[in-house]
Amino acid sequence: MTNLSMTVKKNIPYIAISVLILALLAAVPFFSKPYTVVLLKNILMFAALTLSWALFSGPTGYISLATAAFYGVGIYTAAYLGKVLPLPVMVLCGGLASFLLALIIGAITLRLRGIYFAIFTLSSVELIKQVLHWFEITVLGTRGRPVVKISNTTVYYVVLLIVVLLMVTTYFLKRSRYGLAMSSIGSCEDAAAHIGINVTWVKVLTFALSSFFIGLTGATTATGLIYIDSHIAFDLNYSFFPTLMAIFGGIGNVFGPVIGAAVFSYLREILITRFPYAYMIIFGAVMILTILYLPNGIIGLVQTIKDKVLGGKDATASSRKVN
Amino acid sequence: MLEVKNLNVFYGNVQVLWDVCLRVEEGEIVALVGANGAGKTTLLNAITGLVKPASGSVTFMGQDITGLPPNAVVELGISYFPEGGRLFPDMSILENLEMGAFIKSSWKKRKERLEKVYQIFPLLKERRKQMAKTLSGGERQMLAMGRVLMSDPKLGLFDELSYGMAPKLVKESFKMLQKLRDNGLTILLNEQNVKQSLEIADRAYVLENGRIVSGGSCEELLHSDHVRKAYLGL
Repeated sequence: MTNLSMTVKKNIPYIAISVLILALLAAVPFFSKPYTVVLLKNILMFAALTLSWALFSGPTGYISLATAAFYGVGIYTAAYLGKVLPLPVMVLCGGLASFLLALIIGAITLRLRGIYFAIFTLSSVELIKQVLHWFEITVLGTRGRPVVKISNTTVYYVVLLIVVLLMVTTYFLKRSRYGLAMSSIGSCEDAAAHIGINVTWVKVLTFALSSFFIGLTGATTATGLIYIDSHIAFDLNYSFFPTLMAIFGGIGNVFGPVIGAAVFSYLREILITRFPYAYMIIFGAVMILTILYLPNGIIGLVQTIKDKVLGGKDATASSRKVN
Repeated sequence: MLEVKNLNVFYGNVQVLWDVCLRVEEGEIVALVGANGAGKTTLLNAITGLVKPASGSVTFMGQDITGLPPNAVVELGISYFPEGGRLFPDMSILENLEMGAFIKSSWKKRKERLEKVYQIFPLLKERRKQMAKTLSGGERQMLAMGRVLMSDPKLGLFDELSYGMAPKLVKESFKMLQKLRDNGLTILLNEQNVKQSLEIADRAYVLENGRIVSGGSCEELLHSDHVRKAYLGL
């Protein structure tokens, strides 16, 4: 416990800034235009997805491209249960459904390593999408469903809550014994197994936990979509964006994914309105430049500048950042 | 302490170990020598539960541990030194050591264990904040050995201690190993460096093509014609 209170003490400036930003965000709907709320809601949604992605893929090094699958499950939960259940229960159901699906996908795929895991998770999105599409057309005889509309402000607050939950979870998980087990898997999985970590269990459980949050986010934001079908719900972009945003922001700490998501989704918003036909091209160029010149993302850049200003007296701390 | 009886292991259709029997008594250093591909690592993996044997049994301190998962085996007091040490490169020395005490029973005692390891390898204490990937070969070896000790094991399994080491470091590594034995660790050592391991071990087994072909005191083996011809080039 003393250890914990010490780390909390050391991070007081960060905590203070976070609380301040949180208070500002909570006040936004009271004094700004509806468009700002929607824009911020989208940014927060991407922050939630990116944080969830980084929760698992960051420490373990397994690049998951299944985010769209769990996001879609959340959306479909909202479409089916939105009319019969109150919002909090429905959102929780979305999380749980994704959690269960992740346990299954994880148990099957987490014995694969590296690129094979990425490919399999990506194809799981497509598999679910197509099966669902087939099921709707041939069995139900319909395509897609309407989703109950809930006010943007309410959705905004729920997503904000999810982001806060995710940041707190990430922060404490990272400093726990379980968090050490996760990063030891990323560092050297064989050694992790040898020292007595049940690597399969840790991987599957973390994967499911991360998916739980993705499901929550999907179920919440689906209420702004009005109508969904399998191709809208299981859009592969939702697999790629969180991954790219996390790389863009840096996955070293809690703030990287949030900053990445914020800058990236705002950039997307601007580009999509100004250059509707070329925005993906510009996007791609930005991504390539990031990977070439900012391998540790925006957070890595901040760290480098900080080290230069402070004279790099802590060599061990900066060597950790360089991979 | 450890008894392996009639162990048979297959990889697919290929039989890798044939009726392997082996004993390790408390306080001993037992060497398992043989060429590349003889099945030494497979034998260790079968003991730690990373590979499931088709038949045969592994008994540790009177308890049947055949087929138990690795985490359960570590929990019982068997610690494993994987080939090349396999450190966590992006973690500090301290974190690497703490990870060695990951299992529940030793996690609470990790502070005491840490002191013990620092006492055996004082250099690790000095450098505890340094990243593992910035260490030299000898320091890595110390750290890997220190990590083995963190779970308070009774038996240490060492896979290819001299792997990738300069001759001088090989000698030092074997000295470290004797230091661990003097601190109460029983050791089963897997080595292709036959001469050096026979010099420090009490007993040895020779593994060839998945079969134990001879065993006995190191003195005997060092003088046996087969070992001298096949492994020592004499």
